[in-house]
Amino acid sequence: MPDALVIAAHGSHLNPGSAAPAFDHADRIRETGAFDEVRETFWKEEPAFREVLRTVDADEVYVVPLFISEGYFTEEIIPRELRLDGWSADSWDSDGTSATTATLTATDTGQRVRYCGPVGTHDAMSEVIVQRAKSVTGDPDVGEGFGLAVVGHGTKRNENSAKAIEYHADRIRTMDRFDEVQALFMDEDPEIDDVTDFFDVSDIVVVPLFIADGYHTQEDIPEDMGLTDDYRTGYEVPERVDGHDIWYAGAVGTEPLLADVVLERTAEAGADVQAAIEQIRNRTTPGTGD
Amino acid sequence: MAPEYVAALIETAPDGISFDGLHVEYDGQYTFQTPAVELTELSEAALRDVAAGSPYVTNWYFWHARAPQKDDRWAFLRWVEDAPGESTTDSIHDRYEALEDGVTTSWGQLEITVTLGSAGQREYRLSHAADDDGSELHSYDDPLQAREIARLDDDGRYRPLKTAPTLGTGWEFSDLGPAALVEAVEFFYPATITNWHREQTGTLDVSHWTETMERQSGIYQIVETWDRGEGHEHVEWVAESCCTDSQCLKRREWQYDEETELETPGGDGIFPCREPCSLVISAARKFTKLDAEPTHSYEFELTPSEKEQLEGLIDAVAEGRVDEIREADIGKDANRYRTRFLRARRFDEDGRLCGVPTEEE
Repeated sequence: MPDALVIAAHGSHLNPGSAAPAFDHADRIRETGAFDEVRETFWKEEPAFREVLRTVDADEVYVVPLFISEGYFTEEIIPRELRLDGWSADSWDSDGTSATTATLTATDTGQRVRYCGPVGTHDAMSEVIVQRAKSVTGDPDVGEGFGLAVVGHGTKRNENSAKAIEYHADRIRTMDRFDEVQALFMDEDPEIDDVTDFFDVSDIVVVPLFIADGYHTQEDIPEDMGLTDDYRTGYEVPERVDGHDIWYAGAVGTEPLLADVVLERTAEAGADVQAAIEQIRNRTTPGTGD
Repeated sequence: MAPEYVAALIETAPDGISFDGLHVEYDGQYTFQTPAVELTELSEAALRDVAAGSPYVTNWYFWHARAPQKDDRWAFLRWVEDAPGESTTDSIHDRYEALEDGVTTSWGQLEITVTLGSAGQREYRLSHAADDDGSELHSYDDPLQAREIARLDDDGRYRPLKTAPTLGTGWEFSDLGPAALVEAVEFFYPATITNWHREQTGTLDVSHWTETMERQSGIYQIVETWDRGEGHEHVEWVAESCCTDSQCLKRREWQYDEETELETPGGDGIFPCREPCSLVISAARKFTKLDAEPTHSYEFELTPSEKEQLEGLIDAVAEGRVDEIREADIGKDANRYRTRFLRARRFDEDGRLCGVPTEEE
């Protein structure tokens, strides 16, 4: 039976690069041929969540939110706009980081929708964060002698926002790969402004858990951390701050391996994509593929 | 070896074929009928002979084996080929003759030309309608590249609204197949084909202003409070600001509510707009706050020319004409030197018009 993958992302009215990760990961998955159709959809761009299902020709549609945390967008906006019949916040039976999938009918089109949890709270996201650290340092063995800061937006309005960041920081800590691992936030404690206070090691890789590069990852965070006084003048990687070398990675969502997490979400929902997962892993993990 | 369309015809004949003037049946022997011939009691070999090279058969094959079968995509390709004003009952010979020369139609700012390839295959050229002056075009072949073309306008500015009439020029997809054409058009103007088709078949689901705003949550909930049962003038302002043809090529079909049509023209676009889009909702959030402010009497001393210049300035910005005004055309209200002169003469050091404070001091 033909099936389709829809990648649902935020998009932007102002930032021309906001949609790029959704397009790039969609293209990586298109190349694997795992789905008959792959389509991107956006809250702020087109096709809108509201209209995307009618643009794909499949009775069975896997929808994967390209969002970091479980909350307002994944539990309220996307299901509402896709018109998923019978959806409730309990449908995923999640504790805030354990969403998997729910199968519902879209009242608009009658399609069966496998509505998956967001990429950000999938276990495989921890691997992407580590991969991001490898990418920014150019060292596939990065870990010893390095600290890792996983940075989130954080917001007091949604406790799940911080949960996702802490979840991956905890998981990576148990890997015993980095000397120190710390979850930091823009809008709550512990704050990214004091990044060097939280590490004893001199080298710190900073990976923001954001999908797209934009205002927060390119302007706010570099300035807050003291990488630069003015983001327009740029900074080095690594940049020396308070006696530490900060390796600032930029948004984790731009890491090619994130396409793997999208596929992992569909696999969890029943899609037969193991071969595609292998392909993506080989292609996006340097040293093991092309 | 027989062409594949002949093999397909033989295989399908027992189900009966009736399409664009071609009728084929099988009841032990074959019947083959077109507007020009009616042949009965044919053997399979005889049917193969008559089918080979028949435009009726290649046409049937294209529409059933080559064209995408999703209803809306199929209907769109039919529409592209028949072109507005041309009858679909023309004989296939006439249609093929027209396709030899190329049949051209437009979809927003896109221009689509379909021509006949070998064995009834169709080839599609997609370009910007304004690029018909023979200027050199950058050639593309992958529909996915349409996303990049659609992202920025000719001045390099981001286009958050795909159906804004600001599509960049200077490109072409010179040879797309039917599925690739649909895919490219969908990247330029997402969901327009499916909504157009719904409208054509009387099933377009329009979500009017009031129900769309009632659905909003989070920071957009405030827009609903703008509707106070005191008329819909505010929605007329929104439609006039954001939705007219100069701003968006979709034809606005949503109204204030099911019973209350807006007076602002919805536009002449070929594809419909079925509900206020995210840009309109975002703008309306700001407009709601602006409209909630009470008015206040201010007193400014301006010359008649200055008053008119302010009006002309606002008009030039609203119509996007500022960039057209020449450097030394001081006669224009929104000319930069003229505007700087107004500012130098009438603003105080804090940027206040005639030195009048916004809030009472």
